[in-house]
Amino acid sequence: MNWFTKTFSSTIGRKIIMSITGLFLCSFLVVHLIGNLTLFKGDDGVTFNLYSHFMANNPIIRTMEIVLVLGFVFHIYDALVLTRRNKAARPVGYAENHPQENSTWSSRNMGLLGTVILVFLIIHLWNFFVPARFGAAGGLEGVVIENVDYDNLYLKVVQSFQIWWYVLIYVISMIALAYHLIHGFQSAFQSLGLTHKKYTPFIKTFGVVFSIAVCFGFAIIPIYFFFAA
Amino acid sequence: MILDSKIPEGALAEKWDKHKFNVKLVNPANKRKYDIIVVGTGLAGASAAATLGELGYNVKAFCFQDSPRRAHSIAAQGGINAAKNYQNDGDSIFRLFYDTIKGGDYRAREANVYRLAQVSVNIIDQCVAQGVPFAREYGGLLANRSFGGAQVSRTFYARGQTGQQLLLGAYSALNRQIAYGKVKMYPRTEMLDLVMVDGKARGIVVRNLITGKIESHSAHAVVLATGGYGNVFFLSTNAMGSNATAAWRAHKKGALFANPCFTQIHPTCIPVSGEYQSKLTLMSESLRNDGRVWVPKTVEIAQRLRKGEITVNDIKEEDRDYYLERKYPAFGNLVPRDVASRNAKLMCDEGRGVGASGLAVYLDFADAIRREGQPAIAAKYGNLFDMYAKITDENPYEKPMRIYPAVHYTMGGLWVDYNLMTNIPGLYATGECNFSDHGANRLGASALMQGLADGYFVIPYTIGDYLAQTPYDKVSTDHPAFKEAEQNVKATTDRLLSIKGNRTVDDFHKALGLLMWDYCGMARNAEGLQFAKQEIRKLRDEFWQNVKVTGVNEELNQTLEKAHRVADFLELGELMVDDALNRNESCGGHFREEYQTPENEALRDDENYAYVAAWEFTGVGNEPILHKEELKFENVKLTQRSYK
Amino acid sequence: MAGSNPNAKPMDLTLKIWRQKDRNTAGQLVTYTLKNISPDMSFLEMLDVLNEELLVRGEEPVAFDHDCREGICGMCSLFINGRAHGPERGTTTCQLHMRHFNHGDTITIEPWRAAAFPVHKDLIVDRSAFDRIQQAGGYVSVNTGGVPDANEIPIPKTIADKAFDAATCIGCGACVAACKNASAMLFVSAKVSQLAMLPQGKVEAKTRVENMVAQMDVEGFGACSNTGACAAECPVGISLDNIAMLNREYLGAKASSENV
Repeated sequence: MNWFTKTFSSTIGRKIIMSITGLFLCSFLVVHLIGNLTLFKGDDGVTFNLYSHFMANNPIIRTMEIVLVLGFVFHIYDALVLTRRNKAARPVGYAENHPQENSTWSSRNMGLLGTVILVFLIIHLWNFFVPARFGAAGGLEGVVIENVDYDNLYLKVVQSFQIWWYVLIYVISMIALAYHLIHGFQSAFQSLGLTHKKYTPFIKTFGVVFSIAVCFGFAIIPIYFFFAA
Repeated sequence: MILDSKIPEGALAEKWDKHKFNVKLVNPANKRKYDIIVVGTGLAGASAAATLGELGYNVKAFCFQDSPRRAHSIAAQGGINAAKNYQNDGDSIFRLFYDTIKGGDYRAREANVYRLAQVSVNIIDQCVAQGVPFAREYGGLLANRSFGGAQVSRTFYARGQTGQQLLLGAYSALNRQIAYGKVKMYPRTEMLDLVMVDGKARGIVVRNLITGKIESHSAHAVVLATGGYGNVFFLSTNAMGSNATAAWRAHKKGALFANPCFTQIHPTCIPVSGEYQSKLTLMSESLRNDGRVWVPKTVEIAQRLRKGEITVNDIKEEDRDYYLERKYPAFGNLVPRDVASRNAKLMCDEGRGVGASGLAVYLDFADAIRREGQPAIAAKYGNLFDMYAKITDENPYEKPMRIYPAVHYTMGGLWVDYNLMTNIPGLYATGECNFSDHGANRLGASALMQGLADGYFVIPYTIGDYLAQTPYDKVSTDHPAFKEAEQNVKATTDRLLSIKGNRTVDDFHKALGLLMWDYCGMARNAEGLQFAKQEIRKLRDEFWQNVKVTGVNEELNQTLEKAHRVADFLELGELMVDDALNRNESCGGHFREEYQTPENEALRDDENYAYVAAWEFTGVGNEPILHKEELKFENVKLTQRSYK
Repeated sequence: MAGSNPNAKPMDLTLKIWRQKDRNTAGQLVTYTLKNISPDMSFLEMLDVLNEELLVRGEEPVAFDHDCREGICGMCSLFINGRAHGPERGTTTCQLHMRHFNHGDTITIEPWRAAAFPVHKDLIVDRSAFDRIQQAGGYVSVNTGGVPDANEIPIPKTIADKAFDAATCIGCGACVAACKNASAMLFVSAKVSQLAMLPQGKVEAKTRVENMVAQMDVEGFGACSNTGACAAECPVGISLDNIAMLNREYLGAKASSENV
């Protein structure tokens, strides 16, 4: 192994990858949420469909999509490697253990929360991304906006969120994401060594506000469409 | 046998420099041909092992703990003295030398103590270079405080954890040599015998404390840095594992044991709270700067207090006896350790002690809190008050602390010459393990100084002088001397395991400790000492007939470890009594009730006892032979201490 | 002799203690009962009492590590009722007193659990991995002698104090024991940041952090997931800031050192 692979296969190196990819994924969430907010424009999805068309066809976005996939892949791969290592580091467990006395539930269950999010991601991609992007899984109906044909992703959103259990999956997953982020956001700064007496308290508070706001933003969409129908 | 201290000729200030020039050197390329064993990894041992490794010798270091970093030097609180005179308050090498000699009640060697003061300045430089985070002033330079009643501020410190920081510094230097392969470290390994070939120390026999395996290690020289023997009293401020076995077994092989009766009793410890008590905790003596020591004026009040009929705050001011202030108006609560300790014992003997056991006196901060406010007192002593509260569950801001003296340090130890070599060629003793620098009483912040001076700056020179005159030839551990020593260790172990008696090792240890404390503790007299001698002998006989040691040798067996140590304490205890009986004077930590001034102060006899009593072992139960090394004082004038 | 508090009532306890013959034999929890335990006893004195009783009965006493019994040597360990060093924060096992337990309590006592800390016997574990990490670089490479005067390099008091805070680590291993990943990051970070903060240690800071982290990984400790359990259970309060500094030092060293 050369110094580079050695660095990023060390425990600290992998944590650094976890934090960089994690923060990158946080930025994706922001972009995604801003785009999704066009759903609330009240124009029967015109802006949303134009936006989703743009996202599917713009070359820069398409390039970033690859980076995003890599971000997910590294985040998930390192999580798996680290979890395996961490389990192996304690082959015999304690008969009695009270970790709630020294740490938060979310910090100890990032793997569980991450798995919930991963499952959600697959469902979410299968329902929206795959039909929109590849025309697979039944494809999407068309819609004409200013004489141009577009996929009607808006209709898909409206239809999907008529199903109560589907809404429930989304809400639960967003709660999981919120907990994942509440620990993950500030944890990323700690892993990168970006701590400071002056700024860390702000980063911690911001992380909590960010996590709740973003996840609330995502969760309100299915709830809104469910009750709007 | 004539004891040759090998003190170099010439003026006091030039002896060490001249000696360093006169000692023979080992060629750098030849150092790797010599093997050195260092037993113990406290300040004296770790510093010696690291430095000898740096010089190029092959070093094997041994400790019984799981890591060299655990040695009990780590628990030292107050600080380390050095004659840096950074504070420009009149300190000098000569003043540190003078204070140490006087503090030791004129029972230490001038030349050794002067050298100690000389190298003290190098120690601080060395530790800072290692990254020891000493306390600093806002300007970035090192801070000092005055300590132990010294009139200058020469004590360097790292909050209340100076010993820890210094030991971790020495440990780091040791680790570096272990990484280089120059030191081979053997943790969880206990020395059980010294091996001599042709009259010279050539190795040791050890027991691997995990597997029980008895192993031999051969070398050209052996350094014992195994600490003091305070645990002979069972209850002391020493660590639970601190023991005299290495030193004692060397003594049984011919090394003389010097001044064994010189033990230091520290006045401010947390009192014993029950029979189960396993050790005593020291509270820094800085507390006496603001605390007032008192007991109830009458036995009757004390009794009611002990029964719980009244509480301490019910006792009126006029019913309190601030006995130190009464007896020593000039020094008051700040009298030296030995005086404070002895007076606390006197009060309790009169029946005026406090606490449920009656073996405690009060250290009261009420006046200080009234005067300066609780925050000011908390800022000065907060950590000590917290520690006290944690152990006793009492709030010292509201109720006075209860304190009682406890065994803390042993000034006696293996006799060594100026080179720190015992009378056995090739066997060295450093740190608390030897007797050399503190006379009959050690000053605060001097133990760390001596341990590091010996290890970093003395033995690296003096051991070279010996090795330069030693052939390279190694002795095989198959040599009959090794085999015989191994056999002896195995035989002792087997014997301990085969007795299968009814009394536990701790039980014997406690009984011995009680005898030592009652008759060879803070105050001694001939009658009591003679009684104790007989009792110790009886106890020892019973030990070898009735001790109960479970398990086998070939495993981790903590009971067996203790049994070996207590077997040695049972012999050492008698020697301490012999020494105390022999020394018909009072000096420093040795207070013979027959020898006191009309004001109950220690009465030295410089005419007849200005000597080091070095004892030769003649067999268990036989009377040891006394060898005297006369102490010559050419640079200081002997005076009687007075604190009125 | 009675205890210091005449009103403190002695208590009866049930102990469930991990007994294991040696490294290669499986262990199990064994139940013992103890009567008349004084609340003024330290936890280890309570175990002393148990061991004396076991000895008298001709049974093998419980092996446990301990030495200074004043909270500084780091030798005592013990996972007590699901907590490293027991229920009191900022307290080593040797400084824990029985008054924090109640009459009739059942107390579970286990050794530190980590692949890097194999059990020697009963409650005694092998912490030599810590020593090997220190040997990999936890020092300043200076020989004895030939060093500058101690006041040659002024060090700002704030830096010296922070370095001291990191240096107070007692090496007990509670951080590893408490961490769900059995990570040694807090222990390693304490030494790395102490020396990285001081001018004396800065000289070889890069090589030090690279080597110590490499050794930490070789020993089989888990990775840090920033749960903070280590710092919460640390008896001397080593701060998580040290781990951040370790990460920073590591990344900086890897990016800029010439060790390939």
